[in-house]
Amino acid sequence: MKILVAVKRVVDSNIKVRVKADGSGMETANLKMAMNPFDEIAVEEAVRLKEAGSATEVVAVSMGPGACQETLRSAMAMGADRSILVQTDADLQPLAVAKLLAAIVKKEVPRVVFLGKQAIDDDSNQTGQMLAALIDWPQGTFASKVKLADGNVEVTREIDGGLETVSLQLPAVITADLRLNTPRYVTLPNIMKAKKKPMETLRPEDLGVDIAPRLKTLKVTDPPSRKAGAKVADVKELVAKLRSEAKVI
Amino acid sequence: MAVLVIAEHHNGRLAAATLNTVTAATQLGGDVHVLVAGENIAQVAKAAAQVGGVAKVRTVDAAHYKDALPENVAPLVASIAKEYSHVLAPATTFGKNVSPRAAALLDVAQISDVVAVESADTFVRPIYAGSAMATVQSSDAIKVITVRATGFDAAAAGGGSASVEPVTATAPVDSAKLLGQELTKSERPELTAARIVVSGGRGVGSAENFKVVAALADKLGAALGASRAAVDAGFVPNDYQVGQTGKIVAPELYIAVGISGAIQHLAGMKDSRVIVAINKDADAPIFQVADYGLVADLFQAVPEMVAELGK
Repeated sequence: MKILVAVKRVVDSNIKVRVKADGSGMETANLKMAMNPFDEIAVEEAVRLKEAGSATEVVAVSMGPGACQETLRSAMAMGADRSILVQTDADLQPLAVAKLLAAIVKKEVPRVVFLGKQAIDDDSNQTGQMLAALIDWPQGTFASKVKLADGNVEVTREIDGGLETVSLQLPAVITADLRLNTPRYVTLPNIMKAKKKPMETLRPEDLGVDIAPRLKTLKVTDPPSRKAGAKVADVKELVAKLRSEAKVI
Repeated sequence: MAVLVIAEHHNGRLAAATLNTVTAATQLGGDVHVLVAGENIAQVAKAAAQVGGVAKVRTVDAAHYKDALPENVAPLVASIAKEYSHVLAPATTFGKNVSPRAAALLDVAQISDVVAVESADTFVRPIYAGSAMATVQSSDAIKVITVRATGFDAAAAGGGSASVEPVTATAPVDSAKLLGQELTKSERPELTAARIVVSGGRGVGSAENFKVVAALADKLGAALGASRAAVDAGFVPNDYQVGQTGKIVAPELYIAVGISGAIQHLAGMKDSRVIVAINKDADAPIFQVADYGLVADLFQAVPEMVAELGK
């Protein structure tokens, strides 16, 4: 069973990104980049399924500029067998990414596609669901547990009220939530090994996909800021202020 | 053209976020219709027809919509979307699951987590965990949108008198089925709808210690929340999580206990009206957004606060 995992290159989650002075976007030049944390969880799950003997091959896919090669090398250092880069400097929005992934699914014919539930830059939370629609597969979004069987997969999903478990016929799309697993640290020998693993580079034109953006960002601004209030000396003062000043209790 | 709102409902009741979504819909110009899909939905349809600002409720009652599975609901939405200029759903786990799937079937983009409507094609949404607000314009014929409830007031649950009109069901899709749900049972109010939220973070130290925070929540009749760090550490289940990847709340009063205030947590609560932080680290970033900060050991301060509130 082949598994495809989609990974996105984003600004490292530990870095606070600032709005550009001209309001045209975010200041991302020269920042440390990393694999989107939810995609790391997706890769980890795919690799574990391979290690458990449920999958035979894990193929990582990324889209964007040439530097996404680094992200794919990280995925291969975690255990993916090979990777595909769809290289473009164009602005890729979720619908375009889903269409590119759909084209790759047609080529690669995996049984499961894993993605992170959302990327921490645009926070869209769309690509997995869109891909599932385009290829007409069932979807298990926000997965916290995945049990793969012969013809189906049981996915436990994080929902607002708690958890729910769905059974999906394979092939299926699964998006990873936080508690699915804890991704491994990559070791130096595995990083070295990943350098020798195959990476294929394609262009969106090769896949015959229209990637024209549908949304135009008119401006990006700082959020309304909150000013720090006052420190209170003790619990007595806190409760008194909440009662008489803020009038919330 | 009219605007369609996809209703979220559970056990015969409209989910609260549906009302905020209706308010967003009323700002787009055009009649607001609400789609209620499910099984035995007469009660929900009636409730939806009474929501202020709703002109028409469209219902479809069939077994394959019972579990709100996107494999069935998304094609249904797509089947009627061409009659509308906009299709809105609440940005809950229900809306986030169904709406992008419907958008892709319509070959249009989705605008996620909208917090303000600028015009019929221009919307404001947070990016980078709320570190910035992006104003985006859509060029699609149908705008598919998920609405962040904290950005819009709830529409009145009563007073409306919409007509009810059935929709033809789409063919059942059986590639997915619901096996079961494990819902958190709690006497406390629901996080996203609560007037007061008390949340604990890594500083609480253990699942056992969370009782200290829960006692304060109960004293205040508040919902109980947590930071991602507390969820990661296994102190509480994930559905308690407030933040970028968890729930977005904006209560009257938010009390952060033992929470340092990572950006990703602030993204989920900084629109609260009054924020209180209790933390022993005076330099914790949470104090930069708190209206009232108390530098103290939570294990002393919180029980003391419970006692003080009883006076």
